[in-house]
Amino acid sequence: MAEAIISGLSGLIAGVLNFHWSSMVMIVIGAILIYLGVKKDFEPLLLVPIGFGCILVNIPLSGLMEEHGFLRTLYDMGVLNELYPLLIFVGIGAMTDFRPVLENPYTFLLGAAGQFGIFLTLLLALALGFPYNEAVTIGIIGACDGPTVIYVASKYAKELLGPCSVAAYSYMSLVPLLQPPIMRMLTTKKERETIMKTHQKTVSDTTALLFPIVITIIGGLIAPMGLPLLATIMLGNFMKESGAVARLTKASENEIANIVTLFLGLSIGATMVGPVFVKPQTILILALGLLAICLDTVFGVLFGKILYLVTGGKVNPLIGAAGISAFPMSARVVQKEGQKYNKRSYLLMHAMGANAGGQVGSVMAAAVMLSVLKGMGVI
Amino acid sequence: MMDKWTFGLTMLVVGMGGTICTLMLFSVVMYILKKIFPYKKEGA
Repeated sequence: MAEAIISGLSGLIAGVLNFHWSSMVMIVIGAILIYLGVKKDFEPLLLVPIGFGCILVNIPLSGLMEEHGFLRTLYDMGVLNELYPLLIFVGIGAMTDFRPVLENPYTFLLGAAGQFGIFLTLLLALALGFPYNEAVTIGIIGACDGPTVIYVASKYAKELLGPCSVAAYSYMSLVPLLQPPIMRMLTTKKERETIMKTHQKTVSDTTALLFPIVITIIGGLIAPMGLPLLATIMLGNFMKESGAVARLTKASENEIANIVTLFLGLSIGATMVGPVFVKPQTILILALGLLAICLDTVFGVLFGKILYLVTGGKVNPLIGAAGISAFPMSARVVQKEGQKYNKRSYLLMHAMGANAGGQVGSVMAAAVMLSVLKGMGVI
Repeated sequence: MMDKWTFGLTMLVVGMGGTICTLMLFSVVMYILKKIFPYKKEGA
């Protein structure tokens, strides 16, 4: 009898006895992510489930990540096969208005300049000793695009899924803090005060409708390895522009996106197991991710300065900072910064163009990168 | 297997170059589409 009671009691303290110090660190990190989401409004839709998943997976002996466990099932269902990021992309496509970039197609180039950080960070990660697949995944944080990062990480470096996703989503939400100092540092007061001409509507409905189809075909032919990324975002946009499948569009941007975001967040959190996550390499990845996003802004603004010179001062170089994928947050930052220096300056629509270009640019950069890797025989 | 610098620089040149060229192509195609299907004001 006494033996049975002791055995029973040992079952109640087994969790405490198996508690690793690194799990405590991760529970604190999970709580911080939840705090940032709830109290600071930093990407709450993702950080709250990630934080909660992180706490759950660090409570020992729960079996949540073992075969048929709750979190393992969610993980296998959509992260292992890259389904979740692609479904989210359909929703993003349905939510994104690409007309601003179609009004000024040259802003696609700002979206290209905003991807430099990816490739420079990849070089740096290689220099720091990361293997090819991990260096590529770390570089992709510079796409400033959560689903793209998750897609690449889950395909080529599953062990980095946690740190890379957390870095991508945290830094995306920090864009309003990260970008303005860089923008001010790289531009003169005169450049920041530049007023850009507002233009009348020039995009027909037919052009807007053909855009997703044409981009999918051309982009797919150039970089077939990234077609799932490009095709899903363009499918969402095509449904929105066609207006023929309003129910599917609405479901993609609401119900499907919401459910998948919950599953995805919990699954990412579930990868943040203490002994795996708490190591110097994670801090290095977070630092490289931060650098990647800062470099994107640097090159975007520098390209904006080139446009300023080429056009004889007609383009405000600040809009270059919006050539990243954090849509529409980055465009709002540019608008706010421009108005600080010139109350008559209205940069929002131009910045939205660069921002939509950045959205396509980040997907294209990942697609090109994967196709180049395939061509080189690395994957 | 190539060394890491060959790999990194190839990725930088071909990857970034490929991204810029693709987006440049997208912008040209969009200019052409806008020419073929110009915007018409409602009622025009």
